Amino acid sequence: MALLEAEGVNVVYEPNRGQKIWSVRDVDLTLEQGEFVGLVGESGCGKSTLGFALTRMLRPPAHLEGGVIAFDGEDIATLEGEPLRRQRRNGFAIVLQSGMNALNPVRDIRHHFADIFRAHARGGEDLASKALSVRGAALLESVQLDPGVLDSFPHELSGGMRQRVSIALALALQPRLIVFDEPTTALDVIVQGAVIKTIKDLQAEKSFTAILISHDLGVVLDATGRVMVMYAGRIVEDQPSKELLRGPHHPYTEALLGCYADPRADEIHLGGIAGSPPDLSLPQAGCSFAPRCPLAEDICREVDPELTALGSGTVACHVRARESNAETKVRP
Amino acid sequence: MTADPAASQAPAPVDIRQSGAPSRAVPPLVVDSVTKTYATRGRRRNTVTAVDDVSFTIAPGAAMALVGASGSGKSTLAKMITGSERPSRGSIRFGDTAVERLRAGGLREYHRRVQMVFQDPYGALNPLHTVEYTVSRPCQNFLGLSAAKAHDRVDELLETVGLTPPDQFAAKLPHQLSGGQRQRVVIARALACEPDLIVADEPVSMLDVSMRAGILRLLAKLREERGLSLLYITHDLLGARVVTDEILVLNHGRVVERGHTKHVLQHPEDDYTIKLLDAVATPYAAQESPPAR
Repeated sequence: MALLEAEGVNVVYEPNRGQKIWSVRDVDLTLEQGEFVGLVGESGCGKSTLGFALTRMLRPPAHLEGGVIAFDGEDIATLEGEPLRRQRRNGFAIVLQSGMNALNPVRDIRHHFADIFRAHARGGEDLASKALSVRGAALLESVQLDPGVLDSFPHELSGGMRQRVSIALALALQPRLIVFDEPTTALDVIVQGAVIKTIKDLQAEKSFTAILISHDLGVVLDATGRVMVMYAGRIVEDQPSKELLRGPHHPYTEALLGCYADPRADEIHLGGIAGSPPDLSLPQAGCSFAPRCPLAEDICREVDPELTALGSGTVACHVRARESNAETKVRP
Repeated sequence: MTADPAASQAPAPVDIRQSGAPSRAVPPLVVDSVTKTYATRGRRRNTVTAVDDVSFTIAPGAAMALVGASGSGKSTLAKMITGSERPSRGSIRFGDTAVERLRAGGLREYHRRVQMVFQDPYGALNPLHTVEYTVSRPCQNFLGLSAAKAHDRVDELLETVGLTPPDQFAAKLPHQLSGGQRQRVVIARALACEPDLIVADEPVSMLDVSMRAGILRLLAKLREERGLSLLYITHDLLGARVVTDEILVLNHGRVVERGHTKHVLQHPEDDYTIKLLDAVATPYAAQESPPAR
């Protein structure tokens, strides 16, 4: 059975004044036990909102509007209060982009671990401070930090170290699903590479299920086994990372790949994507990417394409789906 | 390509495409053996050397990249070049101006000639001011233009940075713009007072990958068309490659490698440069050739 099965997830931001924003629209997704999946897209495409929705972290003015989120067989979309807390205890954690600033500046790291262990203690656990320190030290070691960090305050640590502490805290309760929301965006390239490697190694070793949310397709392709591409609140492509790199199906994915180049190459052709993502407070007619798409046809502006199977993944694109149909017809 | 301070102090030959540039003379920026130390606070009076004996010259109309990881001293160097910090030792000269000796009036004139583009386009614009106000202030303050003339100039500048049609953007507030559009406003503001040198500190690192190419191309175009010099500070080697022709790699405040950008990136010699190159997450790192389609 899949660890997480979401169906028809919709998230709406409904501010007191102003228009509603449909941030996540009709997303279906399935995560198998132990999978490492990437979620990419430009700012404002709803990727973080989806991550928050899946871990039930949404706060007003955002709320879930319909949809089922089955975690380990139980629908967590409608859980509240103690039952939700119990699922959290046992199930999922999130590492935030600003996780490095999410540590309490006036408490040492030891306190952060003790706080989690005490708040979520099960009956019969040893809660003496010595036992908690041992557990905290082991977690710090698993993210390649010195156990001496337990005595440090957040301001004494570098950004990369603080993000590692956040990851260790997320691991504290041995969750089965961890959502990493842009965990390296605020770090410089060398530190980013090291933190991503730690996440990759941890995931392989502890085989938890993970979602890596990032705007950086390079980072995601490097770390994950499968990539979901989001655009304007919808998943437009879903493929194994290797296949996606070899042959992106959706024109948006293709354009994203074109934004990268090897700085060592002889000639550099750096692409960009003209225009900007659509305003999600307006109703969308047709494919949301059509105004920026080089392949757009009349049908793209009228009918929103469904996710359809193509090759080793799925894609929501009229043109690509038709091309592949034509190919299969030619080859009997 | 070894560091050779003596060679870098001699003005480099001006082989930059300056054909379309206005006739005003852009002086070279000469950074000569600059060191910056900070005293740490607390009982132990230690000093931290942020920048350690750095020398380089930016020829008129040239673009230089300053690369390095966090804490390598890139931004400290930028602060000294823009006059907001003073070097502990060494000197910075912009033509005849000794930057470290500037005081109020001289610093003001210097700021007209040397402008900065910051990393965070969300924090660099006052959220309560319209685009027109933001861009017209330097026109009025530095160039002494009347409100009406400044208005025309704002239109012209917005067009230059690709915010067209200008009247559609002039009345907007920062929150109504995307990150890329905001960064274009920041660049328009920097251009407003006709600077000779632009110091761009990580101008694209907070932007979406899809928006970066546009900003990089804009910077390259401005340098070519206006003949201004550019100091591009970054840890993004791809951006450095696209925009600049010379590169300086800093590690712990010291220059570890320098030379032509393409050459250094293709034939890095210092371990630190190689480490920086390896850290670049390109989707193609895993395979040899780009995708078929």
